Formats: sequence, C-alpha cells, structure tokens
Amino acid sequence: MSNQRELFRIVVVGHVDHGKSTLIGRLFHDTGSLPEGKEEAIRATCERRGVPFEWAFLMDALQAERNQAITIDTAQIWFHSEARGYVIIDVPGHREFLKNMITGAASADAAVLVVDAVEGVREQSRRHGYLLHLLGIRQVSVVVTKMDMVGFDQQKFDAVEQEITAYLEGLGITPTYVLPVSGRDGDNIAEPGSNLAWYQGPTLLAALDQFDVVTEADDQPLRFPVQDIYKFDQRRILAGRVESGVIRVGDTILFSPVNKSAKVASIEGWNIASPQREAHAGQSIGITLDEQIFVERGAVASHEDRAPIETDVFRARIFWLGSESFKPGQSIGLKLMTSESTIELQAIEQIIDTGNLSVSPAGQIERDDVAEVVLRTPKPLALDAANDLPRSGRFVLTRNYEIVGGGLISMEGYADQRDLITVRSSNLTRVEHQVSASDRTIRNRHAGGVLWFTGLSGAGKSTLAIEAEKELFNRGYQVYVLDGDNVRNGLNTNLGFSPEDRAENIRRVGEVAALFAEAGVLVISAFISPYRSDRDRARLAAGDAFHEIYVEADLATCESRDPKGLYKRARAGEIEDFTGISAPYEAPAAPELVVDTAKSDIPSCVAEVVRYVEAVFPLRAE
Amino acid sequence: MTPLDDLESESIFILREVYARVPNLAMLWSLGKDSGVMVWLARKAFFGHVPFPAVHIDTEKKLPEMYAFRDHYAKEWNLRFVSGTCPPIEDMDPSLPPAARSAARKTAGLKAMVREKGYDGLIVGIRRDEEGTRAKERIFSARDSKGGWDVRGQKPEFWDQFNTEFPPGAHIRVHPLLHWTEIDIWRYIERENIPVVDLYFSKGGKRYRSLGDADITFPVDSDAATVAEIITELEHTKVAERSGRAMDHEAEDSFERLRADGYL
Repeated sequence: MSNQRELFRIVVVGHVDHGKSTLIGRLFHDTGSLPEGKEEAIRATCERRGVPFEWAFLMDALQAERNQAITIDTAQIWFHSEARGYVIIDVPGHREFLKNMITGAASADAAVLVVDAVEGVREQSRRHGYLLHLLGIRQVSVVVTKMDMVGFDQQKFDAVEQEITAYLEGLGITPTYVLPVSGRDGDNIAEPGSNLAWYQGPTLLAALDQFDVVTEADDQPLRFPVQDIYKFDQRRILAGRVESGVIRVGDTILFSPVNKSAKVASIEGWNIASPQREAHAGQSIGITLDEQIFVERGAVASHEDRAPIETDVFRARIFWLGSESFKPGQSIGLKLMTSESTIELQAIEQIIDTGNLSVSPAGQIERDDVAEVVLRTPKPLALDAANDLPRSGRFVLTRNYEIVGGGLISMEGYADQRDLITVRSSNLTRVEHQVSASDRTIRNRHAGGVLWFTGLSGAGKSTLAIEAEKELFNRGYQVYVLDGDNVRNGLNTNLGFSPEDRAENIRRVGEVAALFAEAGVLVISAFISPYRSDRDRARLAAGDAFHEIYVEADLATCESRDPKGLYKRARAGEIEDFTGISAPYEAPAAPELVVDTAKSDIPSCVAEVVRYVEAVFPLRAE
Repeated sequence: MTPLDDLESESIFILREVYARVPNLAMLWSLGKDSGVMVWLARKAFFGHVPFPAVHIDTEKKLPEMYAFRDHYAKEWNLRFVSGTCPPIEDMDPSLPPAARSAARKTAGLKAMVREKGYDGLIVGIRRDEEGTRAKERIFSARDSKGGWDVRGQKPEFWDQFNTEFPPGAHIRVHPLLHWTEIDIWRYIERENIPVVDLYFSKGGKRYRSLGDADITFPVDSDAATVAEIITELEHTKVAERSGRAMDHEAEDSFERLRADGYL
C-alpha cells in the first residue's frame, strides 16, 4: 500500500474580519498546496466582482459569502507539510453563525486562534476561546494577523499576546505558541520573511507541526454503545463503535441501563483477512453474545467493574444555539451516545459571561449563552462525567427537528444511582399474611401511611414532626417519627455523607417507612432528602400510602435560625456538601401538602398537618 | 488505526446511524468510483448485506462501459437495484448554462424518484474536497419538501450526533464519504480490491478522472493504467478532479444553483 501520512485536524477560529480565511489562503499558496488554476480562478472572480484580490474566496464558495465578504458556513480543505497531512477547518467569526463555528470546531484536534493586531482581542476571540475549551480542544496556538497594518511593531504584538494569553490561562489553556504573521506579505506563514526579524519563534507551518497527536488510551473504561441489532442471517449481531477502552472475545460485558450481562462470543466482520479478537476505541464493529439477552439501541456495554454512572439527574455546562429561549420546566430532546430521551431543565444555576468569565443567575437561557444547569430525565440514563470520559460525558439537545445545543456532564453533588435502583426480586416468595390490610385498619382505626417531610436544614422538620406525632397520638393514631437520630445510629450507622451514601440513607428510610405503613402505622419521616430522585424512589416503595409534605422555609430564614450551628460551619468551609450551601436542594415539584414555617408559627403548622391527616386518614369509630 | 481505518469506521458509523433512524432509505449508485466504495462500505457496515435499494438515476447518456458495469455488479453484489428516468432537457430551466441544464435533468429525475417511492433518506457519495459548495455540506443534510437545500441555514452537527428527524414532507441526504478525499478513495479501492469501471484507467494517454454524462464529461491526459499508478499520479498532480466536468466551469454560481435546487 502507498505511504499514508498521519492526518491532523486544525480549526482556525477568531473574531469576524480578523483574517482567518486569508490566513488559510496564504498558507495554501505559500506551501504550494493550491490546485492548478485556483489562484487564477480566484483572481478572475475578484475582477469580475470588481473587488481587490481576496484569498478568502478559496473557501468562501457560497454566493452569499462572496457577496457579503463573510464566511457563513464551515468548510474543510486538505494539505500536507513535510511532516504530516492536515485537514484545515475554516469557521465563521460572525456571532450570528456561531452554530456553524461549533459544527466545524467540534471535530478538531487543535486550534489556531486568529487575532487582528490592529483590533486586538474582541468578543468572538474570547467566545471562540471559551468554546474551544468547552468542546474539549486543549491545544491552541494564537496567530496575531495583519502585522503589516501595525508596521510590524513588536510592542503591538506583545500587548495582544499578553491580553489573549491571560484570557486563555483563565480557562486553563496555555497557548502552544503566540506568533505574529502578515497574511498580505506572507511573513512568518511558511517562511520567516524579512519584516519580523525581532521574532524568534516558529512560523505558522512549523507551529502546526508542533501540535501533539492525541491518541485514545486503551486503559480507559470500555464504552460500547449499541447502535443497532442486526439479524440479516443466522447471526444476531450487536453493531456499534467502541468509544473508549478495549473489548475482547470472551469478555463478560454489562449493558446499562438495562443491567444485563453476557459474554462476547465473537467480533464479526466482512471482507477481513482473519476474525478480530479485540477491538479498540474508534472501531466500528459488530459482536455476537453467548446468550440471547434483550438489548436495544441506546444501551451501553462496559466491563462489570468499570460501569458507567446511572442517574436520572445531573449537572451540565451547556451552550445553547436555539433561536427560542430555554426555560426551567421545559422538556426537549437529548442525544447521548446512541440513546435518546426527553430532558427537563430543572434549574439554571448560572449563566457564564464568556467575555470576562463572570457568572450571574438567570431565569432563562438565550441563544449563544453558556450556562450551568441541572437536567432531569424521565428514566435513568447510563453516562459518565465529561472530565472522566469525554465521549460518554457529552450530549446534544434537540428541539423542533434540530440540534439546539450541546453540553458536558458533571456529577458534582449528585449520586450514581446504579446501586440504588431496587430490583424487586421475583424469586422470593412473599409471605402470605393471614392478617389483611383491612384487618389492621379496623384494629388501628386508620390506614397506615407515610408522611414524608422534606426541606432544608433548619426548616423545622423535626420540631414539626415531634409535635405532630404527639398531637396525632393523643387523638388516637398509631404514629411514629423516623429521623436522623433513630436511623443514623442503628440501621444506617455504616453510611457517611457522600452523595451516594446520602442517597442510600434515604433509600433505606423509604423502604422502612413503607414497611411501617404496611404494618398499619402512620409514619412521619423527617429528613432533608434533598434529591427528587431519592424521594421518588421512596414514593415508589410505599405506593399510594406516600404523602410528600414540603416543609418550606427560604434559605435565609433557615440560616438565621441555624439551631445546630451547621450553616455557620458550612459557610466557613468546615462541612462539605452541605445542602443549600454547597450541595443542591431540589424542591418537590408536586407535593401533597406545603407548610411554610417562615410565614406561620409551629402550632399553626402542626394544626395544618393534623387537619391534612384527619382528612386523608380519617379515624374510624371505635 | 490508519487514516483509512478512521475514514472507514466513520462511514460505517454514519451508515448504521441512518439505517437505524431513517425509515424509508435508498442509496444512490452513480456507477462511479465513489459510489462503488460506498456500496462496499455498506456491505462492511451490514456484514455482507445492503439492506436498502441501490438507485441509479439514468440520464441515458452514460458511457456504454458504465451500463455493462452496472448490470454485472448489481447482480454480483446482490443489490436491490432500482433505475429512475430523467425528463428531456427542454423541460429544464433555460437560464442555466448548457452543461448545467444537462445536469439539472438528473435533479429532476431524482426528485421524481423520491416522490414516487416516498424515500425519507438518500445516501449519497459526495465528498468535501470535490467542490466548494460540497465542502460546506453536513453529513445529515436536510432537504425541504421541494427537495431544495437551504445552504444559508444549515443545522448544527457535531460530536457525531446528527439531525435525524425532520418535518413531514422533507427528506434527508446522508453523506458517508464527506470526509474522504479522491486519493483516499483510490487507496481504499486498492486495499479492499474493489472493482471499478475501466474508463478510469489510461488508454492512449487519456483516462476519465470523474465520470458523468458522456456529452459533458471529458477524459484527462494521463498514463495511469492501474490503481497503484493512479495513486502515484494523484500524489503529484495539481489538476483538480472535476476539471473534466463542463458544468463546473460555466459560471461562478452554476454549481451552487444546481445544488440549492437539489443536485447532489
């Protein structure tokens, strides 16, 4: 086979009119990469249009682009240096076409950020820099163009260098090189030229050759998203692409979120010399399994010991490209690997100003915004945190037949729910009670149930629970309070305060509360229980007997009460993951009852709870 | 993985995505080297099978070698072959230059076929490096209910996630070879030993570098008579691939006009 060079993908980004397309045209010209007659064709086009010679016409092929002298959409062009082959990705610098910039930049291995020596760092220079960082492009060189317009002045260059380097370093990007060029004269593009004698660094061409090749590591956890199941002949083949890690014949693999395992029986192929025994990241393959388990498109195969996270809620940093705003409570489409789901915007944590990296709260997300958000899906998804595994930690958002944004997942403050998803075993034979639920209701004079109090620390859950317990008991109810004190010291003594342990704590309380309710008791649970997913699981355990009671009090009120001095310690950084301060509190979406302890005193709140209980669990006559 | 492995894997991924997500699908088989590679990649993707029809929009002006090639390999590759016809040139937009008007027949034939068969998706073997407006394409590229391409309003597409849904009446063009270059195609033909029409090989100092209708496509000067010689030639040439295609050179905007109207 003939020699094939390694291929490297470079995106050229920057503010509109800072000379991106010209730089590319010049690079192609100076490296002798233009097809025969191309330069003459561009010259003829320019003459016909009555405009000066314009290198940008090399890639700005659309009539609208040529008429308006701006790049509208992204394009790609190929060339090679002595060292290797390149795909150069040209993108628009105009804010209006940010979606096209992202389309082009997302596939790059490295970026060249173009900054005009005259204008210096502008809005889209920063925004593009920020988006590179978000798209996962870590290697950036900065090219300061139009040095001829500033008389090849070193001080001008130094000022631009300082400004852009400071900004990029704020994002954690250290530019590989910052270099001056003149697209007009060709200085420092393929050759150093004579006008920039004070500059000692590499030319643009040499700087491109300095970017490191990024290779996928085999020691990453295996992620093999199922694209499709084929049964074209006697084989049942699971088709997909290995996104990370290695898959081998004989491996036991676990499919998430369905939680089924099987062994890889073979890796299938067509027109190959010998059957494959293993496959690596980037390979599109097909496998057969030793057992016919039910798996669909969207499932992700991994090894059992390094499985993806399962959750129905996560944080994300998203960029929004939709023409209509995105508001909390709205549901849109999500694509993550090969899975598709609807997703609800549960909360907007903050909007990030890509100009100065400051953050601010917001009621909605507008076009071109970058935001940190909490997203919720109807069913658990298998995913990873983007910092751990980029390809399974990123997603796109869709609305009205169109991709309208993308995001990176963070699980900060949220639990992996994999071990919390209770599979109610079908092998256990339930004991057939000879005492029925209605027998118990007759004996106790009321049905059993769960009053699930939720609210911030200091909202008054425990006080309210203890008072309500006394009042209801006095009226004849079989009632009992579960709280941190009686549960953490026994049943849950082995649990700490990590998101996973807190979730497990609530899972057990939910199961115990459900048993109490089945036994005919009215149980009041008084836990912060900040996560909606955990409370939903408790509701699932108890069924119709579950009543969610939101003990509401705003954060400022709770903090001013601070009965145990916890807020003060959390503010001082002494307590990690403190709900409301450094960990999320997700208020109930549709609680059965809300009592507001900031607005009403304890006796009237107790009375409200008692009134509710008497209506829902009426006492029968003796 | 070599660059060729990367391209092959990406194309297979794209073919499987469109097959999984778009119900009524067809692949355009123009009988040239690119669509030959595309059919080959489909057989790779689907383990020896091509699970959708291979459609040839017949202008009835192809070279005889191409028709012979079609008849032979439609059978040998076990393709579900569908042939479509094109309206006469007199029905085409008279404002187009002559060769472009000839090419527009294919667009009209294609649109009639999409209408008749109700295809939701067409898999097409265009490449970015062929031509400036193709360089601007998406992998999943929406066409409106009239088959038109909104070149100024293309949808975002990144991270290997595609716009797989579209409004009723619209259809989608899918471009699994978008990132291949001409030389990649020949290197893959060499590696996989894929048959091509022998018009591509030099006879008497001339060969076809790109195949279209007989009356608007011309052979170029070349001595390359084998796949290996073609690869060597391409490593050194600076002549554009479509230099022998008259329709590309008539007017600055003729190709974009054709494509906006639904040409490939």
